[in-house]
This record gives sequence, structure tokens and C-alpha cells, in this order.
Amino acid sequence: MKAFTAMFTAIDQTTKTNQKIQAMVDYFTHAEEQDKIFAVSILIGNKPKRPVKTTELKEWAAQVAELPLWLFEESYHIVGDLAEAIALILPPQQKAHQFTLKDTLAFLVRLTDLTSEEKKALIIDYWMSTPVDERFVFNKLITGNFRMGVSRQLVIKALAKYFDQEQTSVAHKLMGKWDPYEETMQSMFAGESHLNKNYLPYPFFLAYQLDSEPETLGDINEWCIEKKLDGIRGQIIVRNNEIFVWSRGEELLTNKFPEFNSLQTSLPNGTVIDGEIIPWKDGHPLPFQVMQTRIGRKNISPKYLKEAPLVMVCFDVLESEGEDLRSKPLMERREILKDLVSKHTEKKLLLSEAMDFNNWQEVADFRVNARDYHCEGLMLKRNTSPYETGRRRGNWWKWKTDPMTVDGVLLYAQSGHGRRANLFTDYTFAVWDGDVLVPFAKAYSGLTDKEINVLDNWIKRNTLDKFGPVRSVKPEYVFEIAFEGINSSPRHKSGVALRFPRILRWRKDKSAKDANTKNDLLLLLEAHKP
Amino acid sequence: MIFNNEKKFSVLEFTEKGIYCPIADIYIDPWKPVKSAIITHGHSDHARIGNGHYICHQDTVAILRLRLGLDISVQGLAYNQIITKNGVKISLHPAGHIIGSAQVRLEYKGEIWVASGDYKLMPDGLSVPFEPVKCHHFITESTFGLPIYTFPPAAEVYESINNWWKQNASEGLNSVIIAYALGKSQSILHHLDQSIGDIFLHGAVANVSNTLNDNGHNFPGTWVTPEMNRKDIQGAIIVAPPSALSTPWVNKFSPSRKAVCSGWMQLRGARRRSGVDRGFVLSDHCDWPQLNEAVLATGAENIYVTHGYQTIFAEWLRERYQLNAVEMKTQYEPATGDIE
Repeated sequence: MKAFTAMFTAIDQTTKTNQKIQAMVDYFTHAEEQDKIFAVSILIGNKPKRPVKTTELKEWAAQVAELPLWLFEESYHIVGDLAEAIALILPPQQKAHQFTLKDTLAFLVRLTDLTSEEKKALIIDYWMSTPVDERFVFNKLITGNFRMGVSRQLVIKALAKYFDQEQTSVAHKLMGKWDPYEETMQSMFAGESHLNKNYLPYPFFLAYQLDSEPETLGDINEWCIEKKLDGIRGQIIVRNNEIFVWSRGEELLTNKFPEFNSLQTSLPNGTVIDGEIIPWKDGHPLPFQVMQTRIGRKNISPKYLKEAPLVMVCFDVLESEGEDLRSKPLMERREILKDLVSKHTEKKLLLSEAMDFNNWQEVADFRVNARDYHCEGLMLKRNTSPYETGRRRGNWWKWKTDPMTVDGVLLYAQSGHGRRANLFTDYTFAVWDGDVLVPFAKAYSGLTDKEINVLDNWIKRNTLDKFGPVRSVKPEYVFEIAFEGINSSPRHKSGVALRFPRILRWRKDKSAKDANTKNDLLLLLEAHKP
Repeated sequence: MIFNNEKKFSVLEFTEKGIYCPIADIYIDPWKPVKSAIITHGHSDHARIGNGHYICHQDTVAILRLRLGLDISVQGLAYNQIITKNGVKISLHPAGHIIGSAQVRLEYKGEIWVASGDYKLMPDGLSVPFEPVKCHHFITESTFGLPIYTFPPAAEVYESINNWWKQNASEGLNSVIIAYALGKSQSILHHLDQSIGDIFLHGAVANVSNTLNDNGHNFPGTWVTPEMNRKDIQGAIIVAPPSALSTPWVNKFSPSRKAVCSGWMQLRGARRRSGVDRGFVLSDHCDWPQLNEAVLATGAENIYVTHGYQTIFAEWLRERYQLNAVEMKTQYEPATGDIE
């Protein structure tokens, strides 16, 4: 754990990506071989199952520290991170024992089946055998909310540097679900190991939001322009008479989408299609909420299959007849895709149409009204573009329509976690319903650090009431809240649920009475009914 | 249990203007102008402008003149020297917070009060170490009055700072270290390994160091003036106050790494929020074990807990040690943006 903790600390201490990469490369160079594959797993965001309840951890830590539980809770509240609060509050290390990362993770697995008393003894023993920084990392692992502070892309860069391989190859080998207990660094990354795993998807090519005028992209005829749909990005893979459906979050969702099962016989072996999975009825997509309720279900009843039948709107083909097509230009890939989709008769696969525009102004006009066409904007793809790996600039852009906005009054505040611990950063906003304020959105992001500090200071001085960690504040400040979608929701007082709400700006020019009303929200809802 | 600030006590009272001894007619670290004030130490939230007469430790006299003006009326005392005002015996005792910092002891008809100002028990290798003073009533700060605060020995931190500087210098980088201009900057300067490279100072730090050097100290470092060629500054360490951190001044030393020295750096969230490369846990205040030890060492039954986590620490003292501990609201808060 020493080497792993040192890597974590080095990553944590810097904001510079090169230093983060170097910290990982240093770790891979010096760590014990058996630990490395587990480190890779944790670095890309896999978390061990939580073997104990956090309430128990709190009690045990307070007991060992000989502190009353209320004092522990107060301290935890100030720290804003349970793992850190426990690490700091415990008495100094009493003995030395070196745990490897593999030992530690195995230790967590072993705990699961023990009684509470047995767990307590083992965990306290671990705590008292390690210094504060290792304790902290251990607690992070045991509480199951470990975030290493590196993106997958950075881990890929570090592994590519360490193995001296292409990033695209490393990215491919890391795809999908794999078990560090069954893999080694050798089996995962050596040579062409990924080619033997027929279930593996290709790394997705992702686009950045267009951040300049579309004219800067040059001749419109060099671009393939498609609707950007709000579904689940996925890959359908048919190989060796088996079908696999992967989401771009790398979840294997084959079982969630029984609609696609028949494709394993109707699509030729060695086919990989990239597209948007989306509920579709009467010639157009249904709102994202429909999909969300369906995804949440354990068992998909025939009722759901009928009410929210899924299709894949296909926009790319990555493999055909077993051949990797990703380096071919988009134009050529689309021709192959058209052919595949046209031979398919069940209507489970639709082609994402390339739209006809004469100039960029027409594109811009369409984008403004994109919601009227059941999409959230446009995708702009260069006709000659290969299918790249990860999020890249240049060849593919998304150009989403502007979000909807509503002005809300700050009503409640709660302190954040991690970097935002001990600062009020989680806000609830309200609109007027007559002369009553009803909450309609929670938002955590959108303010600058400076604005957060000013607001935090104001909240502390203008608290009306405390409910546990939540403070109600004087209804005074107005914020413009942006969101991507609006749906009716009987569970919310305001009657609506918003998709991706965030703070667009602090409206210092407005006072509370100028905020929007519940009626304004209902009108928006009416205007965006599918 | 929050006492009304106007509540009267026998020897000391907590009033609108500050902690007050009505018998001697004198205030301790008042936050509004008064006729006569005892000042525990030179930090701006304790030593404010506009008082008629100041009494402080002799090492603080020059600091007060620097910060409040040359024309102030000020009287310096040695530690343990007793002055008497209307029957109240007043003396100053080492607080270990910064150079010249003092606890104020007041004795009247056998009743002893101690107002400790800011203090720490852990030696910083520069200021006169804290001495516990037996008393009946003890006024304590609680800046780090939570059990999550356990500070490493200062000597270890100085060593880490030197190692960090050495590492940065070997990579051709400057090291910018952020610390309070009065007190912490000097204890760091005192412990820097001058063989590693040049030492430069922000004006605020240089002012304090020069004043102390005129009074017998010998702190290293060169004031960075606008005329200086910044290209000549390489592999150096630059000591600057917290207020400089968000200004362009500090960026002119790039390529550089930056570090903040503060007790708050114990928490990861604060470390990350500070936006610097390193956080050194170095404080001129007590951590949790020191606060507990200090309170018990006074033998006092009555504890008045001020600035910091006063509610929590007072409750702890009542529950754990059955002391008569109450929280008192004061205005000893560093200005926003300052660290400690």
C-alpha cells in the first residue's frame, strides 16, 4: 500500500496532467508486479464492494479514539470526507505491518462474510498498523467511494508510456468488464491480447461541443451533419453468432435490450455498429425519461417492450466481415453502414440520416429549434474522418442547442464534499407559486470558486434555519438555471423534473420577486411535450 | 450554553469593545478603540489601531510601532514582570505563538485570571516556548479545537520544506512559500537551509523581518523590489504572505512551485482548494492534544472558549473533564483570505 498511497498522494498533489501521468508510470515501474493490475482496475474507477456499514466504521473509530460519537460526527462534518475524518481522528500508528494492495483488496473481500465483531477487530488492527496517509487510502477503499483524480484517458496514456504501446491499443485492451483476479498485466496488455476477446467493444470516439462559429469549419460540403439524439450511445457487436450490446459507459447491456437479440442471426458475424439506442414510436424518438424508467427496471415486462420499444439509430460501422474499418474515411464507412441497414428488415436498426443543408446559416437555424425536431442539436463530422479513440477535437463536433433557462431563488444550501468540503456548494432553487416559493431544482455546478466563496460567506450570515446539514436561507439571491429537458413529475412540489440542471449565472441584477413562477415551468413543459 | 456578551464576571468581563478588567480599567486585545489596552501579540486581529495606550511584551513594541504607527504610546514589559493597577497585579507570560506573544495574567484578591490570546505548546524553535500559568479562570482560543487536528513536530516540517526547496531547485524551479508575514515567516526563515539557494522576501515579510533584525534578530532574505531583474531569481525560495497568493506578483517567479504553510493544510479539501502544489501543516496555534493539555495544566475550573470551534470544544471540556466551560463570542478572526 506504500507505493499505491505514494502514487495517490502524488496525483492528488498536482493539477498538471504530465505529473499525474508520471506518478502512474513511476508506480508501474516500481510497484510489486502482482499489485499492478489491481491498481489499474482502481485507477479506471472500479470500486471494491463495501464490506461494512459506514455507521459501524464511525462507531469503531470513535471508540478507538476514545471520543464521544457526537464529537466524531462534528469532526466528520467539518472534514466532509468520512475516510479522511477516520484517518485523522485515530490515535497514532502503534505497530508496523506492510500490506500490499492485493492483500488489502483480498482483505476487504474476506470481511464480507464475517460477523460484525470479527470485522471490527480486523479493521481496527489494520488502522493501528498503518500511518495516516495509508489509513486514508484504505478507508477510501473500504467505504467504496474512491476517486483517484485521473481520467481514463490519462491512465491509458500512462500505460501506453509504460508499455511503449499505442494509446489506441491500450484503450482497446482496457474496454469492457474484466476481473483483476483473473488477469495479469501480461494477459491484459501483452501484444495483441485484445484480439482474442470477441466480446470487447472498440473505444468510443467522442466529440467536444463546438466552441467557435461553424464557418470556421470550412466548406459545408466536407461535412456530414446528423441529428444529435438524446438516448444511450452504444455499440452492437455480433461475432461468432453471439450479440453484445455495450453502452459508452462500458456497461454490458445485452440483457436490458432483448429487442436486439434477433440481430445475432440477422446481422453477419464480424459486425460492430455504433449508434444511439433510443425508444422510438410513430416515426420519432420518445423523451429520455421513458428510457430512464425502462433502464431502471430489473425485469422488462411485455408492457414496457410495447410502450417503449427500442431501436438503434446507427451512425457508424466499426467492423464489417471481421475487418476493423476505423481507419477508413467516414464516407466509406457510411456506405457500408447503409448497405447493412438496408438489408435489415426488422426495423430494429435505423440509419441516422445525413441532413441536407445549403450553408452554415441553415444549420444554425435548425440548431436553434432542434427540440422541435426531437433532437438536442447536431453532430458535425468531417467526411474524411477516421474513427478515433476517446474525446478528440477537429474531426467530430457536437453542436447542442442552447439549454432552457429559468430564474430561481436560492432557498436551501448544503455543504459539499471533497474539494468543496466545509463550503456551501450544493444549492436548491425555487420558483414562485402565488406568494410561496416551491423548490424545483438542485444544482452543484456553474459558479466560479470566487462566487462560491462570496455565496458561502453570505449563507453563513443569512441562515434562517438548520435541518441537519441543510440550511434554509433568506430568499434573496436569484440564479439563472439552465437545463436540457423538462418532464412532468408528481413526486416534485413544482410538478416538474429537470434534466441536467446547473447554474448558468448569478443574476445580481434581479431580486427574489423577479424570479420565474411555477406557471412559467408548466408552460415550458407544455411547449416541449413530445 | 452561550453567555450574553454583557454578562459581568468578577475580574474580567466580555464587553462590546473586548475583554475588560473594570477594576484596573484596562482592556485585553480590544476590537474597538479604548483608553488603555494590553496586547497579547502583534497580529492585526489582536493589535488594532486607535487605542490611547498600549501595554505589550517588550519584543512586540517594535512590531506595534511598525504596524500601528511610530507615534503610539506603548509600554513594553518583560515576561513575569508585574505591574499593579488599582490593586490588580498584571503580568505577561510566554504564549509560544510568535515572537513577543504573551498570555496575560491578572490577580485580584487571590483570584487569578489568564487570557491566553493565541498560543501553542509545540516549540517552533524561535519564540519563547509556552509556559502554563496556574489560574482559576482561563480564556482559551479554539482555532483548531477538533480532534482531527494533530500537528506533526515543527522540526519535521522545516525539514520537509528544505527538502521540497532542494527538489524544486534541482529541477530549475523557484519555490514560493506562503506564510503569515509576522511570526510564521520568521520561524520558517530561521530554519531554512541557506546552502540550498537564495532567499527572497515579499515586502510585507521584509518589513517585519527588518524591524525584528533592527532589534537583535538576524533573519535572512532579500526584499524583492520592482527594480530587481527577476531572471536572476532561480532555484530560490520566496517567502510571501497569503494575500500575495492570488496576485500577479507571485506568478512572476515562474517556473515555480507554490506551497502554503498552515494548520488548515491538515485537511485535504483545504489543501486542494488552496490551488497550490503543496500544503505544509505548520501552525502557530494549538492542535487538539495541545489545547487539552494547556487547559488541564492551568488547573482552572472556569474555561472561556473563544475564536474557533468554541461550541464544540466547550461542550467537550464540560463532558470529558466536568469543567465549567462556556463559549464566548469575540472578534478575533483573521481577515478573509488570510491563513490562520
